[in-house]
Amino acid sequence: MLGFGAVRLRTDMNRLLSLLFHQGVLDEQFLQLQQLQDQTSPNFVSEVVTIYFHESEKQLRNLRNLLLDREMWDYCKLGIHLNQLMGSSSSIGAKRVRNICAAFRAAVDQNNRPACMRALEVLEHEYCYLKNKLHELFQIEQERVLGDTVRYPGAVNQQ
Amino acid sequence: MVHDVEDDRVEDMEVEVLSSMWPEDIDEAGKKFNVEKPGVHQDMLEDLTFIEEPSIVDFKRLVELTSYSEKGSSQLANLVKNWEYKQENAVRLLREELDNLSKQQHEVELKKLEILEQHRFEEESYGGDKRPVSVLDEVYEAFQDVPKRRTDVIVEEDKRLEIDAEYDTVVYWKQRALHLEKLLEASVQREQILLEKLEESIENLEKQASPVEELSQILKRADNFLHFVLQNAPVVIGHQDKELRYRFIYNHFPSLGEEDIIGKTDTEIFKGGGVKESQDFKREVLERGLPAKREITFETQLFGAKTFLIYVEPVFSKDGETIGVNYMGMEITDQVKKREKMAKLREEIAVQKAKETELNKTIHITEETMRAKQMLATMSHEIRSPLSGVVSMAEILSTTKLNKDQKELLRVMLSSGDLVLQLINDILDLSKVESGVMKLEATKFRPREVIKHVLQTAAASLKRMLILEGHVADDVPLEVIGDVLRIRQILTNLISNAIKFTHEGKVQINLCVIADPYPEGHQEPKINMDDSSVSTKNGVLLNGHEENEPQSHETVVWIRCDVKDTGIGIPENALPNLFKKYMQAGADTARKYGGTGLGLAICKQLVELMGGHLTVSSKEHCGSTFTFVLPHKLSHACDGSDDTDEFGDMADNESSDDDITCGFFQFQPHALGSTFSSNGSAITHKDRINVTPKEIVSSMDEDDSSRFDASSEPESSSKCNSENENTSCIKKEKQNDDGLDLAVDSCSPLDHRFHNAGDLCVACEARKDSNRSSECSSSSSNRQEVAKSERKPKILLVEDHMVNVMVARRMMRQLNQDMDVVNNGAEAVRAVQSCSYDLILMDVCMPVMDGLEATRLIRSFEKTGNWDEARKAGVDFPSYDQVFQEPRKRIPIIAMTANAMSESAEECFQNGMDSFITKPVNLQNLKQCLQQYVE
Repeated sequence: MLGFGAVRLRTDMNRLLSLLFHQGVLDEQFLQLQQLQDQTSPNFVSEVVTIYFHESEKQLRNLRNLLLDREMWDYCKLGIHLNQLMGSSSSIGAKRVRNICAAFRAAVDQNNRPACMRALEVLEHEYCYLKNKLHELFQIEQERVLGDTVRYPGAVNQQ
Repeated sequence: MVHDVEDDRVEDMEVEVLSSMWPEDIDEAGKKFNVEKPGVHQDMLEDLTFIEEPSIVDFKRLVELTSYSEKGSSQLANLVKNWEYKQENAVRLLREELDNLSKQQHEVELKKLEILEQHRFEEESYGGDKRPVSVLDEVYEAFQDVPKRRTDVIVEEDKRLEIDAEYDTVVYWKQRALHLEKLLEASVQREQILLEKLEESIENLEKQASPVEELSQILKRADNFLHFVLQNAPVVIGHQDKELRYRFIYNHFPSLGEEDIIGKTDTEIFKGGGVKESQDFKREVLERGLPAKREITFETQLFGAKTFLIYVEPVFSKDGETIGVNYMGMEITDQVKKREKMAKLREEIAVQKAKETELNKTIHITEETMRAKQMLATMSHEIRSPLSGVVSMAEILSTTKLNKDQKELLRVMLSSGDLVLQLINDILDLSKVESGVMKLEATKFRPREVIKHVLQTAAASLKRMLILEGHVADDVPLEVIGDVLRIRQILTNLISNAIKFTHEGKVQINLCVIADPYPEGHQEPKINMDDSSVSTKNGVLLNGHEENEPQSHETVVWIRCDVKDTGIGIPENALPNLFKKYMQAGADTARKYGGTGLGLAICKQLVELMGGHLTVSSKEHCGSTFTFVLPHKLSHACDGSDDTDEFGDMADNESSDDDITCGFFQFQPHALGSTFSSNGSAITHKDRINVTPKEIVSSMDEDDSSRFDASSEPESSSKCNSENENTSCIKKEKQNDDGLDLAVDSCSPLDHRFHNAGDLCVACEARKDSNRSSECSSSSSNRQEVAKSERKPKILLVEDHMVNVMVARRMMRQLNQDMDVVNNGAEAVRAVQSCSYDLILMDVCMPVMDGLEATRLIRSFEKTGNWDEARKAGVDFPSYDQVFQEPRKRIPIIAMTANAMSESAEECFQNGMDSFITKPVNLQNLKQCLQQYVE
């Protein structure tokens, strides 16, 4: 029964992924990302995503500060931040975050501050959700990798 | 019923009681009507009071009847005979008695003589002179009384006289003589009594000479009994003469007086339903001369709705003529009602029982089905788990390094695996459909793509030399809304069926739009790709435009799909069972071709669930055609380039061989994997050359061709176009009428120029200038060879975001390309200045300097050969010595933008970019870019 646990973990991962896909949290781009991962960079996806989270958190912070600054209503900066967030989100396949960014930008274009605030709230929420789920995913992935690598000679099942 | 009755005059005699007035024939079996003799239990009848009114008799008629009708006279004769018999019997008995008595007397006298003689003899022998002594006086006392009963009459022989005197003495003899004398005296006395009795009897006899009294008594009793019996019976008894006039009627509940009935017929007496019928019935009996019974329901004012059971018998005269009818009716309304109720109940019970059995059957079937479904569900689940293992492993395998063939194999494997998974789900769904909980999804999809994928998948597993073709009529909308998974399932099912039963020839799918939801034998002409159909295509073109109008509203379009094969066909008698579950055309078929017989059932159910219908027409040994018609909602005008992009991304697989406007597909099983070839006519028609054998592009978008028609140089433009079609992946969207060209995903520079500027000639010139010659295919192939032999192309990525950089870099590595990365426009300009690149991927939105400006600067440098503009813009260059450079060749710059909005696309092109990729960048579009601009 060697490797059964790996299959299970893989199934779990797939299930989680399909859930995220189904919810529209992720899109194909994430699969692309996974495909880019190989032996030379076994942690490529998680590395990229970690960077993404790091960057995004900065951007979210900036966005919030920009919005809260009542005197200065800097569309330009907001737009740049949003574009960046949108770009990076679509790069990792965070579809929903990206879509909210688009909505956010539309609100910015319309100079609609309340809508912007709402969009920011939603964006932060979505972002947290994505982060949690991806963390979960990576945890499973890690388990799987561990299970794959740890092998006792002659043992029946290591999982 | 025979009653033994005591009779004080006659012993041991059965008294035969007379029958009633009109008894049946007197037969041996017994009397139908017996009555007690009068005197016994007389009180019983005395207690009763008889109402004699009900019976109304026409006495004259009665006399007539008794004298004329056979029955009447026979009854009368019988009565008389009976009486005579009785009297005779009495006389006979008396006579017997008399005989007996005289016999006894005779005997006694004989004895007396004997005794006397003996005595004389003794006297003579003893003392002859003695005178005979009279002994009779003494003897008399020895005699017993005259016996009353016949048995006692016989004198006992052994009875001896007891004489206490000594024998043979004088005393003895005296005593004896006395005794004998006594006996004689008694005998004489008895004789006298008998004679007296006889006389008395005779007197009696004379007294009873007339039978009338007795008869009338008996009759009265019979009558009383009759009344007693009938007094509460719901019967009507009557006699009617030849003209059916009532002569006698007995009715317990009389509602009419005598004068109203006697001498009248039924119809004269009362009116209403049933009267006529009864009258006719009586007449019939009268005519036929045979008794009969009938149930007649009366509906009269007199007594309302009542049902009578009527017995009518004819009455014959002595010479056999019918002279009337006897009629007896009994009211059976309640019984009829009850009977009807019973019948109804019985019927209901029968229905109930039938229902019950039906229900039982259903329950049984349901239980069976439930069990089967449970099993199916379990099994499907059991299959699903390992299958998902297989698919997952295949997925893992696909992430490893594989060569092209392996990848292709794996792709087929994965898609098949997915399909199996899908099918298992759908089998489970079938039960959902049946129970009505199946939910259909409404998603946007492209019919052409679906057809192509289905055919491709089918071709991948093709083992025979079959040609798979898909024809999609031009008027079929590019995108429609429907449940694409189900439609795919239906198509896959039908196609695999068609392939299974086709040994040679081809299998084709024809798709067309029909106007009427339920057309009658409407055959859509196939879309041919030869020149002759160009005109028709242009004709369709206009329609296509017109059809674009209602796209904005939610209109329903009916799309008809024919799956046609040249296979073994279906025998006509198998057609009705074809769509039933687990049914196949024949047992033979099942053996030969296998299969569960579930496919078509699922298809039909799914089609019907989606509001369409599935039909089949077939000719044995010639092939069959399965046709289904489905309503699809038209998707809203495809303006959202975001959506389409996403869709494109989703639909694209790695080989990225989609052409959304293609209307004709053909697959042949040349090799493993899908081989996608065009037919020659397509090339001549549209001048498009499929550079890779995988792909053809044949029918073009209407807008596209209309543009060609409008252009001044259609020939050259299409040539140019064909040049760059080596990947043949053009994502075109329907354009608005004002010619805005949006959302072009990774298109060639030429392509976008066609759409963008609308000036095709300029576009071609520009391409010539840029030295990336594209006039003819030969030069391009040369160039490609040169390019391949050269070093790896140098690529510059201008991107500020870490994540995007990482991803892009990674992708490039997978594509086996190196890449320099800079973080903003200014750096990009500097990089271009210091190094020559073959391709620049430029992010549009960047800090410091955005992609648009950077591109503008680079283009200006390419034109003028100096960086003045760049310097003006504030880009400082580390070294001046390279400021004056000779103009370099035009570097293809591809914009990368997350902002896939129309104006940004426009902006990109205006600033001199060649194309743009919408973010996220994926392997496919990156690869296409490289193929298009670098190799």
